[in-house]
Amino acid sequence: MIELVSESRCIQCNICVKACPDNVFDAVEAAAPVIARKADCQTCFLCELYCPADALFVSPLRDRDDPVDEADLVARGLLGSFARNMGWKNAKPRGTDKDLTYRMFEDRDI
Amino acid sequence: MSGPTHPAAAGPDLVADVLVIGGGPAGCWAALSAMEAGASVVLAEKGYVGTAGATAAGNSSIVYTLPASAGREKAIAQRVARGLGLVAADTVDRVFDEVYRQLNRLADWGYGFPKTEDGTSYRGSMRGVDYLRFLRQRLVKGGVRILDQSPALDLLVADGVVAGARGSDRRTGAPWTVRSAATVIASGGCAFLSGALGTRNLTGEGYLMAAEAGARFSGMDFTGQYGIAPRHTSVTKGIIYFWASFFDEAGARLESKGDRQDIVANGLGRGRVFAMLDKASPRVQSGMRSQANIFAPFDRLGIDPFTQRFEVELIYEGTVRGNGGLLIGRDTATDVPGLFAAGDAAAREEMAGATSGGGGPNASWALATGTWSGRAAAAFARGIGAAHGDRRAATPAPAAEGRGDAADTAAVRAAIQREILPLGRSFFRSTAGLEAASGALETAWRDAGALGRTDAIARRETQAMAATARWIVASARRRGESRGIHRLADRPARDDGQLHRILSGGLDRVFAAPVGARHMEAAE
Repeated sequence: MIELVSESRCIQCNICVKACPDNVFDAVEAAAPVIARKADCQTCFLCELYCPADALFVSPLRDRDDPVDEADLVARGLLGSFARNMGWKNAKPRGTDKDLTYRMFEDRDI
Repeated sequence: MSGPTHPAAAGPDLVADVLVIGGGPAGCWAALSAMEAGASVVLAEKGYVGTAGATAAGNSSIVYTLPASAGREKAIAQRVARGLGLVAADTVDRVFDEVYRQLNRLADWGYGFPKTEDGTSYRGSMRGVDYLRFLRQRLVKGGVRILDQSPALDLLVADGVVAGARGSDRRTGAPWTVRSAATVIASGGCAFLSGALGTRNLTGEGYLMAAEAGARFSGMDFTGQYGIAPRHTSVTKGIIYFWASFFDEAGARLESKGDRQDIVANGLGRGRVFAMLDKASPRVQSGMRSQANIFAPFDRLGIDPFTQRFEVELIYEGTVRGNGGLLIGRDTATDVPGLFAAGDAAAREEMAGATSGGGGPNASWALATGTWSGRAAAAFARGIGAAHGDRRAATPAPAAEGRGDAADTAAVRAAIQREILPLGRSFFRSTAGLEAASGALETAWRDAGALGRTDAIARRETQAMAATARWIVASARRRGESRGIHRLADRPARDDGQLHRILSGGLDRVFAAPVGARHMEAAE
């Protein structure tokens, strides 16, 4: 589930509030959005993709809290890693032309 | 959360030729084809068009084959063989034709398909979040009105003809109304809040609304479908386990008859199960790695899945990767005039038969039936004429009069889940287990109907889950054999005397009954 909205990185664009498929965030006047309905988070990582500031972190654990430390996430290269691995930049879609999925299908008839 | 006890400012009150409910691939293609047929279109999505639904959250295979080619023949033959007697080859061919045509159009519009090393454009896998974002932009440019975060809650019906829907904006609680000449249900399947990837919103309200208007279902028996995930994670992407070995807690290798889900299910009956992707070549590993969501759990938990064993579980996927859904005819029309269905919301035995349509079949089906439903809805709207917005329309659902609260909602949901999510209920079915589930779900249905004072959206989700669970159990009780993803412990063999579809429906009184498969009639 979503564990972090980095207040230092957040630019208050509220794209995450709009684009979350599960309406997990609430916008806050002149501040970073808050995680208002964490239990509704479906752990899809897509808010990270839509965040232009790499300010969000979704723990891969779907059914329990997983407190994180922002400095530790940065040190491990995890903050913004989903968007980087997808090839998206500044919340703009890119990278489908680099998708190597076809290499799996060469191997067997799935 | 807002609900009926906190009246909010009114939301949009719109008139359109076509209303599409649900903004995954089926809904986006429906909206696009209706728009291209000249209809005015509103697309209402419970979440956000682009991130909502099972497709957005990962890659989906899709079957891209040249019409009348050897590759096409092989792809159809594969579907027929895997469907165990219930696939309609002519329907599959028609679906693949539509996929071929539409993916070529996507390429013409500038969608960035990858190229293989020999320079061929590869069109057999869609990255969901990019695919949907691309379709969204196309819809916006074409003038489709998109209502995000706007679940539909009730259909409107005028003289037996579906005339639009009402819903609620879940950010503000504001009610919205769309009066339409034709309506497409593309709201996906129902996964009962199991936690399977991308399924939080997939709780079956589209089914419930359609049933209230009189629509029937098919294929609810073929719903014993679970996805493998690293334990406690959401990532039910089963493809990587083609290259897995499975182990028990002591490190002994697990083997069993059937596919990889069978191995895990049987192992979980005896204890914990672990996997390692030790059969993947470096080239296959690079293919897996490029699916970022598959590797998010591994990278974030510090696991190297190619050399380390990691614990796995099975998560129920319901009618998302099972095959049950609204019964539709050739042009995607449901039983109810003015109501069409597409994608996972529609029954898929003709495409996937008795086995899961997860991946390529379902993605192909969503694109094709989405396209057809938009076209058929636009044609229906032309027949109704421009004055449709003046019809006297009402909702067929009885008004809520219950007294429940949020705690009651959680309790009713848990009661439904107990009868559907466990492996012992839906993976390994038994006549006695289905009978017990049937009784418990009657109580859950009545309790769900009494949740009137709670959040309107939560109430409808809970009712829809209860209704869908009852159609599933009633249909499973009518199939006295094992076939594909309906596994009946006390009837473990296939019985080709039961090579029929099972139709179901009803609200306070549920029914399920076998009918001859359409393609079997056509073959006679």
